[in-house]
Amino acid sequence: MLVSRTLSPFIMLFALYVIFHGHYSPGGGFQGGTMLAAAVILIRLAAGGDIAQLQFPRGLGMPLGAVGVLIYLGTGVAAMIGGGSFLDYAHLPLPGAVAALRSLGILVIEVGVGLAVVGILVSIYDDILEAGDR
Amino acid sequence: MPGLIKAANFAVLALFAGLLIYAASGLPNRGDPTAVLHRDTSPAGTPNAPSYYIRNAYRDAATPNMVTVILADYRSFDTMGEQTVIFAAGLACLLILRRKRKKPKEEIEP
Repeated sequence: MLVSRTLSPFIMLFALYVIFHGHYSPGGGFQGGTMLAAAVILIRLAAGGDIAQLQFPRGLGMPLGAVGVLIYLGTGVAAMIGGGSFLDYAHLPLPGAVAALRSLGILVIEVGVGLAVVGILVSIYDDILEAGDR
Repeated sequence: MPGLIKAANFAVLALFAGLLIYAASGLPNRGDPTAVLHRDTSPAGTPNAPSYYIRNAYRDAATPNMVTVILADYRSFDTMGEQTVIFAAGLACLLILRRKRKKPKEEIEP
């Protein structure tokens, strides 16, 4: 319990690093989201499902996943509103050079992917656990 | 009988290992410029997509990590599909495994 309580925040920090540093080093939304989910599930394994609800409630997983998917789709639609085609980040309605806008668009969708992955993985873990309980 | 099955398992494993080693002996050397994989054009003579990505990824998206640019920019539709697949998997788990809390208990109690 002590080990996982000490380790979990560091795993989360490294997961955030993996998500946001995906532009410069190996990493990205899928990898970082999986590590975030691993940190959350580690606490669930160590503390038991009921106490871990304080950290990440059971009902939060799927809404978080939906928000992640909507961030992705919303970025695509925002590019359409800016006059480009779907997911063409160069036409995002923001000031800046074309290449910088593309970089920003990649960052936004990586965050969306990360949110979706962490929410859905924790949700699947909870579902399987609940199915085993009954 | 179990001994026979075990022997058959080992035979299949050895066969598969031999196949893999044979296949690996045919791989091109690392960085070999004459290998089909590493050529600038495809065998049909048309330009390859990878060389375009290598040349233009940084200029197009100002991001040093080429893999991220390909995944999230050039092929963002594909990544969107991956994310949708994960979402669908989570939704299927939710619908199949999670049951409404009250109904089963009422059925069990009497």
